Amino acid sequence: CNKDLDRTPTYDLSTDAVFKDAAGYRAVAAKAYSGFAVTGPNGPDASTGDILGIDQGTSDYVRQLWSAQELTTDEAVIQWGDPGVQDWHNMNWTSSGVLIQGLYSRILYEITLCNGFLAEATDDKLAARGITGTDLTDIKAFRAEVRFLRALAYYHAMDLYGNPPFAIETDPIGGTTPPKQTTRAALFTYLESELKAIDADLLAPSQSASQYGRANKAAAWTLLAKMYLNAQVYTGTARYADCLTYAAKVIDTGGYSLQTAATGKATAYARNFLTDNYASPEIIFPIVFDGKKTQTYGGTTFLTHAAVSGTSDANWNPAKYGIGGGWGGVRTTPKLYQQFADTASDTRGKFVTGGQTLDVVSQTNFNNGYVPIKFKNVSSAGAAGADATFVDTDYPMFRLADVYLMYAEAAVRTGTNLPQALAYVNLVRARAYKNTTAGNITAAALTTDFLLNERSRELYWEGTRRTDLIRYGRFTSGSYLWPWKGGVAAGTSVPDTRSLFPIPSSDLSVNPNLVQNPGY
Amino acid sequence: QAQTTGSVSGRVLDEKNTGIPGATVLVEGTSLGVSSDVDGSFRIANIPAGPQTIVLTFVGYNATRRPVTIVAGQNTTVSASLTVNATELGEAVVIGYGTQRRQDVTGAITTVTAKDFVQGQITNPEQLIQGKVAGVQITTAGGAPGGATTIRIRGGSSLNASNDPLIVIDGVPVDNSAVSGAANPLSLINPNDIETYTVLKDASATAIYGSRASNGVILITTKKGNVGDKLTVNLVSNTSLAARYNSVPVLSADEFRATVQAVAPQQAKLLGTGNTNWQNQIFRTAMTYDNNVSLAGAVGKLPFRASIGNLEQQGILKTDGLIRNTGSLSLNPVLLDNHLRVNLNVKGTWTDNNFGDTGAIGSALAFDPTQNVFSDNANYSNYFQYLQGNGTPQQNVPTNPVATLMLQRNRSTVKRSIGNVQLDYKLHFLPDLHANVNLGYDVTRATGTNLIDARSAGSYFNTPLDPANTTARGGSYNYYSQQRNNKLLETYLNYTKAFGETSRLELLAGYSYQDFVTTAPAYANYLGDATTVRTLAASNPFRTQYTIISYYGRANLTLNNRYIFTGTLRNDASSRFSPSNRNALFPAASFAWRIKDEAFLKDNSTFADLKLRLGYGVTGQQDVVAAAGSDYPYIQRYFLNVPTAQYQLGGIYYTPYSPLGFNSNLKWESTATYNAGLDFGFFNNRLTASADVYYRKTTDLLAVIPIPGEINYTNRLISNVGSLENKGVEFNLIGTAIQGERLNWTLNANATYNVNKILSLGPQAPDFQGIENTVVAGGVGTNIGNYSVGSPSSSFYAYQQVYGPDGKPIDGVYTDINGDGKIDSNDRRIYKQSAPKVLLGFGSNLSYNRVSLAFSLRANLGNYAYNNVNSNLGNYQGIVGSSNFVSNVVRDANNTGFLNSSQARYSSDYYIQNASFLRMDNATLGYNVGKVLNGKGSLRLSAAVQNVFVATKYTGLDPEIPNGVDNNVYPRPRTYTFGLNLSI
Repeated sequence: CNKDLDRTPTYDLSTDAVFKDAAGYRAVAAKAYSGFAVTGPNGPDASTGDILGIDQGTSDYVRQLWSAQELTTDEAVIQWGDPGVQDWHNMNWTSSGVLIQGLYSRILYEITLCNGFLAEATDDKLAARGITGTDLTDIKAFRAEVRFLRALAYYHAMDLYGNPPFAIETDPIGGTTPPKQTTRAALFTYLESELKAIDADLLAPSQSASQYGRANKAAAWTLLAKMYLNAQVYTGTARYADCLTYAAKVIDTGGYSLQTAATGKATAYARNFLTDNYASPEIIFPIVFDGKKTQTYGGTTFLTHAAVSGTSDANWNPAKYGIGGGWGGVRTTPKLYQQFADTASDTRGKFVTGGQTLDVVSQTNFNNGYVPIKFKNVSSAGAAGADATFVDTDYPMFRLADVYLMYAEAAVRTGTNLPQALAYVNLVRARAYKNTTAGNITAAALTTDFLLNERSRELYWEGTRRTDLIRYGRFTSGSYLWPWKGGVAAGTSVPDTRSLFPIPSSDLSVNPNLVQNPGY
Repeated sequence: QAQTTGSVSGRVLDEKNTGIPGATVLVEGTSLGVSSDVDGSFRIANIPAGPQTIVLTFVGYNATRRPVTIVAGQNTTVSASLTVNATELGEAVVIGYGTQRRQDVTGAITTVTAKDFVQGQITNPEQLIQGKVAGVQITTAGGAPGGATTIRIRGGSSLNASNDPLIVIDGVPVDNSAVSGAANPLSLINPNDIETYTVLKDASATAIYGSRASNGVILITTKKGNVGDKLTVNLVSNTSLAARYNSVPVLSADEFRATVQAVAPQQAKLLGTGNTNWQNQIFRTAMTYDNNVSLAGAVGKLPFRASIGNLEQQGILKTDGLIRNTGSLSLNPVLLDNHLRVNLNVKGTWTDNNFGDTGAIGSALAFDPTQNVFSDNANYSNYFQYLQGNGTPQQNVPTNPVATLMLQRNRSTVKRSIGNVQLDYKLHFLPDLHANVNLGYDVTRATGTNLIDARSAGSYFNTPLDPANTTARGGSYNYYSQQRNNKLLETYLNYTKAFGETSRLELLAGYSYQDFVTTAPAYANYLGDATTVRTLAASNPFRTQYTIISYYGRANLTLNNRYIFTGTLRNDASSRFSPSNRNALFPAASFAWRIKDEAFLKDNSTFADLKLRLGYGVTGQQDVVAAAGSDYPYIQRYFLNVPTAQYQLGGIYYTPYSPLGFNSNLKWESTATYNAGLDFGFFNNRLTASADVYYRKTTDLLAVIPIPGEINYTNRLISNVGSLENKGVEFNLIGTAIQGERLNWTLNANATYNVNKILSLGPQAPDFQGIENTVVAGGVGTNIGNYSVGSPSSSFYAYQQVYGPDGKPIDGVYTDINGDGKIDSNDRRIYKQSAPKVLLGFGSNLSYNRVSLAFSLRANLGNYAYNNVNSNLGNYQGIVGSSNFVSNVVRDANNTGFLNSSQARYSSDYYIQNASFLRMDNATLGYNVGKVLNGKGSLRLSAAVQNVFVATKYTGLDPEIPNGVDNNVYPRPRTYTFGLNLSI
């Protein structure tokens, strides 16, 4: 009878049962991908998700990354009062903040998922499990992709928290030995080598639907370009030339092009943020959502709903966004609105202004702040998404316009390839100005300041603003202020140490290897 | 050589002709004597022939002398019914695996029998002893029929593992985990079938139940038939009317109009023209009919009891109700020349539930009172709803609470049967040795459907899974089912040996196997038309199983009837832990000294009884399911994502396998308990009292704590970490104030003081604030509780509100607790606790001739509640927060005046209020009609009021809240019951 004590789960599977064939490998690789999109294995309405101690919907990777990158800047304010949510904009987050902890845990969880997969996907184990032929090629590609996903998560950890704990697939999972802490510079070096090492196994860039959603070589090159553009911040050594190299690789050999065709219902620019943006030729790496099958209260569901008022009125019609009703919360400061000299001719500068004030006098008044119109749950033909709550639109983690602007900035900072840089910037400008030259700039206007503003115009609400402001030294300093920066209505400087988020006290408590970031 | 001796045998019976175990039977003037065995029978051999006197004594009963003539070589039969001498010291007390005389009990045990049960309409069995037992807190979640109940014995010993006691019904430890479609698994037992409750509180009493005993054990014994009883039909019929007696103080329609005009005149255009009291609209006066018939007695040598019960209970929330049909049968014959006792119990229950949507309770508070219930828009079944210009409902707006109730049909059918057959065989060659085998089962079948009408505004935007289907929309339909199959095998040997008149030894050794299986198939969700698929069924149905195998033993030694030693030992092995952590040994030892029987007190007339009890023991906790989410917390598992958590790559939707966090080192939590108690009897035991002090320390605490990043598939893991203590004092008092021919008055009182403190939560950084818990409604992610070292586990965690010179709270202004010059989340601090520090219970029963009047009072002191209703609605956000509707506020809004209040207010201690209370649970007037039907029957009538009054400073609806957060509480009604009890 004592054998009866060896009860094993009947429907949940053991490691060996999962990885018994290529389908199992793909299902776990899909888990590593879905870690950026969904919040837990039981769907959005379960009582708990992957990350504990935080509201499940809030714990979504994209939603948290977006909050840390956008709500901390002039591009977004939120009129909610959930614990910690105002801390982003007021820049008074603490190491015990639930959102600081939630984002950190989500990133580290993603890294662990990838490590777990990679530990089972070694050549030896693949051979031992009899995975051969096309299956083997495919799983090797997935293995490289999971390494990319891990690199992406580590990149976020490096950018946001600076010096995270560091573990790879050879470190055991399920033990009690806490990982060592790495440094920002060491992590940079590791990621650089890692992204180059997987180049051979990654899929070639492709516009084919049969590859959509998978991280290919161009995704790795884009990430390298991002790292090199910000290398001065991460390592103390500028690497703009390398940025140029990898941005050019994406542009020249990726086969991507800007979406320049408008439809009767959507501008060319807007088509990157609609339910059929999977067809956009400029999205290099998306996080894929689906209103029926990939549901979350984060991701583009959050980005769409949070920018729409809770109820319909003269100024708001949720049906225009393809949803039943919004959550009313995310607005912007006057700074973003003022980036657009002419919101009529620049098709990117679309705002809901009726019923809203331009100035953000209060952070609890839903009518304060204009609201950018970006993510929607409708197609470029105007058809609503499959579900009125969960949004179909994919989140463009990397897209070509960003690469053009990175190229331009690296060129200006190094004073090389300037005509090419101008041409790329004007490609972006022309698309924004309805494929005319009305918005084109001259070589003289191509300055770093112009590019920072242009990045905001082109890439607002796409999760790059905080990193951009830090690179320009304007995130914490008094040289650039916006309403409620530092918790003051007029804006104020904050200590430079706010350029990094603190290591959560919950992890410091249990991992004695960790040292808190300065200033916390 | 001719025999010169004979023997005598017989049974010692009580006034009901039930055998009295452990009675002393002596041959007067000799040293010959024995104790009666479990069924009261005895046999004394080697008695010199001739006239003798047999003396039968049992504590609590009047001694009886029977003259007999012993014939050499023959047996003489003597049986006697002893009469009660008004004290209960000698009654048999049910303990783990057997019974014991009360005088021999060494642990902290409280018994409540049917005559002391709470009266009135009792739906859940645990309510029978609410307020009756020191150290036991029983809190209903609210007034829902068959609603959930929280039972805490001497505070909770765990943080994240279960704090529920083990419940054993007629020897079957029952599965107390949640049943789909039944709010309270215990509500599946008919209270009318219950004879006694025995609450085992300290480790010396509970350790025999080992790994499930840390939070106490409740033994429930059901009613049985007796040998020699004539067949008696008993009819119990109760008819009750339940009515709400108070309301949450929201503004009336006219007050609301005036407030909107005063606060935000621009919003007045949103007001309607109606005058609706939404609380009156969703609640009703509810009727309950509870009828029970039992037939008990003996047919020849077969004692039996059979009963059927039918309960139809309406909830005071419209559409809410419970229908319960129960049947039970018990047979307890004694066979094989009194050597084999058979105990067969079968209980079956069939309940049909209709769940009213309790969300309507909260929305009734906030819904605009100037709107009418009905509109002329048939699209939404003629209920008023907020619509958009195009006629579709607005989302994220309040929905009409009456429509919420009426457009939903949430039903379940739950069937449960618990049964066992227990065979107790007294060995022919060694009658001191009993072999006991107990085979039991606990089986549940639950099914349910939840249909939300397609015309319901709140689910208007539900759409089909298939995007091509553009016509079907709205509503939802879910079907679920769950099966539980639990089985039990227990077997033990019991050896009893008397040494002379006053000393005896009892040894017990046993084995137990218990297996629990729960399965639940997966079903698709549909739209309100019940045919169009909304989401697919999960590919994996649910099945879980766990097994506990145990060995246990106990030794009881009574010396000179004065010194009683008990030792128990249990080894449990649970499938929930890895083989290396699976086994655990739980020892306990206790000692009782019957001081009264010492020479120096024997003739003392003040003390009728005086006993000292000392006990120590270790118990365990293995119920980690709630915290670990699984019966397999130590195994690395992969969970197949549900169909709404797929991921698309290259046009293919993959269903990911999610690796789950696991703790291969997980093991038992153990609680060491020290207990010291004194039992007193005064004035010939007209006043009995007991006092206990205890200290309980839980180590290897099962807690969900943060773990280092990157070492597991989770950020918080169930772990054995830290420690926790409970210490307290309990008093129990039972007295007969007046004892006469006509007038009788008995009183009982109990008091408990318990202090709970977390001693350690593992390693912590200096600025670590603790582990937040207890989410409040309204502020997403706001936790109001915190597990913090040095504080009670039920502590609140809040800002200190700053008040203006007018004494009113200032919106968003809090004290800089840590003095760092800024106010942030680190300025919250531990503040008060939700668990009561003191529990008081008081009961009185006064009778004069045929009339009786009984009442019971209960008080909790030192408990605070978080008034989530006020933190949500006690401000003008509802008036100014939307441009499309206004929602009602509670009166506290006129006190705070908070306008654009930030959500930091959810963490303000302003909303943490003293929730101490005194409640009269029950007052019952009884009239014993006496003989009816030409003397064939007897009839008793009663009229009872439940929830007579509540005295409290708490400003919310009801201060008694299980987890301390007052939100959406189903009001406990005042219930008037007319009862009839007819025996024929």
